[in-house]
Amino acid sequence: MSKILIIAEHAEGSVNPCTAKCLSCAANIPDAEIHVAVFAVDGATLASEIATLASVSTVIQIDNPANANSMGAIVAPQIVAIADGYTHIFGPSTTFGKDLMPRVAALLGVNQISDVMAVLGSHSFKRPIYAGNAILTVEAPADLPVVATVRTASYQEADNGGNATIEIRTVAADIPEHTRFIELQAGASDRPDLQTAAKVISGGRALASAENFEIIFKLADAFGAGVGASRAAVDAGYVPNEMQVGQTGKIIAPDLYVAIGISGAIQHLTGIKDAGTIVAINKDAEAPIFEVADIGLVGDLFTIVPELEAAISG
Amino acid sequence: MDKILVGLKRVVDYNVRVRVRSDGSGVDTDGVKMSINPFDEIALEEALRIKERGEASEVIVVSIGTADAQQQLRTGLAMGADRAILVESDTAVDPLTGARVFRALIDRENPGLVILGKQAIDDDNNQTGQMLAALWERPQATFASKLELNGDKATVTREVDVGLEVIEIDLPAVITTDLRLNEPRYVKLPDIMKAKKKPLDLIPLGDLGVTAAMPMKQVNFEPPEDRQKGIMVDDVAGLVAALKEKGLL
Ligand SMILES: Cc1cc2nc3c(=O)[nH]c(=O)nc-3n(C[C@H](O)[C@H](O)[C@H](O)COP(=O)(O)OP(=O)(O)OC[C@H]3O[C@@H](n4cnc5c(N)ncnc54)[C@H](O)[C@@H]3O)c2cc1C
Ligand SMILES: Nc1ncnc2c1ncn2[C@@H]1O[C@H](COP(=O)(O)O)[C@@H](O)[C@H]1O
Repeated sequence: MSKILIIAEHAEGSVNPCTAKCLSCAANIPDAEIHVAVFAVDGATLASEIATLASVSTVIQIDNPANANSMGAIVAPQIVAIADGYTHIFGPSTTFGKDLMPRVAALLGVNQISDVMAVLGSHSFKRPIYAGNAILTVEAPADLPVVATVRTASYQEADNGGNATIEIRTVAADIPEHTRFIELQAGASDRPDLQTAAKVISGGRALASAENFEIIFKLADAFGAGVGASRAAVDAGYVPNEMQVGQTGKIIAPDLYVAIGISGAIQHLTGIKDAGTIVAINKDAEAPIFEVADIGLVGDLFTIVPELEAAISG
Repeated sequence: MDKILVGLKRVVDYNVRVRVRSDGSGVDTDGVKMSINPFDEIALEEALRIKERGEASEVIVVSIGTADAQQQLRTGLAMGADRAILVESDTAVDPLTGARVFRALIDRENPGLVILGKQAIDDDNNQTGQMLAALWERPQATFASKLELNGDKATVTREVDVGLEVIEIDLPAVITTDLRLNEPRYVKLPDIMKAKKKPLDLIPLGDLGVTAAMPMKQVNFEPPEDRQKGIMVDDVAGLVAALKEKGLL
């Protein structure tokens, strides 16, 4: 039997949907008992929310003032303190999980499986390598704990309908004081979140300025969509970093992805492979984005985008 | 600060579209262009800038791998590193073993900072820096896009999913780089000549007293599922119609 511990991600008092996606991944492991651990200052509300997710049997709530900002170096020793008895420890492949889970793995003396995209058995998994240009099947050593991050774009959120027990625990872990949170600079946005939006409209270098990028925002509003960008658009300062889609940005799986003035470099395509429908608008008919697009339109975005927005809003 | 240790992994160049061998045994790397992992080039650039500001005295580049990696180390020396170490291993090392190698080198070199890339773009593991920080029991500032040193502390801006996170850490520490930390310099021809005279030490992996970790068994490599090429529409009306047909409007 497998006993799985999932590390919940949360911010500002709500559970990040990636937690329910990790759960869907873990639920594919045969004959498993699944626990979720939430490390917060006061995790009561979070724990009761998680307890309603299907297939969770126990939620472990660990409260500590040090958990105010979910930093890897601080959470890792607390996970290690409760790790005994678990065959698997999973976290999301978000910046939170990527920062945290390898630190846990090292403390447990194992390698990590990064970005699990398919579960083949309790110790057998598929993961992307080379920016998604190859899929590797790996087998973890049978007698050691499996520490993994879950590629959340590969999974749907687990349903509600669970009724897990909540266990409040205190752990005796040495929490380091060498790492201190100062601030979070986040662009407040009332648009749908890029990582969970059903529709995403992205702009690339072709937008040529932050002012011009406004037409992408307007189009996204017409669609009720989230907004993304290529790395070139972020590097040029048209939009902030959290909007970057791709290998080093966000990996997303919306029903609809519209790439506007984006050439389709492999590092960008990695981020949108799992999108339902990809639409490309580009003035270069030879742009590689058209090789993966379900619907392509060749032309100047500065005429097409306002026209499209008018057609949808009108 | 005395020394900065920088990891330089030799990887398939980021412009190469790798192909999986038809027997599923790996990806084809024969005759393919090899380069310094792009995140590691950024790590080295950052270390050089710190040294040029007078905040460190020596930059040491480290690679773990076969003799071929000397090429990337020489490039690192030409960029401005003072000395290079190749930890020789015939087979690729897993992240935990790699972290243990860096840990052993820390005992020898006693650096104030170790700067690694956030991930190697071949295996895309994104583990080594965090593992090293755990083994060293020191802070980790991962995915850094800005780094400021102030005495025995550093202020680091990190690229996180919701925006930018600023943290303060005590030194020594491990930093892992994101792409926007800096833009690496180009290597100039005279520097390539000069780099030939800089020290490059070879240390057999076995000499470091490192216990190898259990690697993941690589069972099979396959190409990703291809997306089918779709349709082209002529104008906005065609696009709207196609979206409606798919129920997306
Ligand atoms: C290690 C590494 C990681 C990376 N990670 C990422 C990542 O996560 N995400 C990412 O996006 N990139 C990433 N990149 C960068 C990537 O290689 C490309 O450089 C980048 O995606 C290009 O962005 P772009 O398509 O906007 O710009 P370009 O490639 O310059 O393309 C602009 C496109 O706009 C079209 N165009 C121009 N004018 C118009 C117009 N008026 N109307 C319509 N079309 C027009 C052009 O035909 C062109 O196709 C990474 C690179 C490296 C080395
Ligand atoms: N074989 C290696 N030689 C030198 N540095 C390495 C090696 N493997 C990993 N690293 C460093 O660790 C970082 C993260 O690698 P990874 O955890 O494999 O994605 C890389 O960007 C390098 O800085």
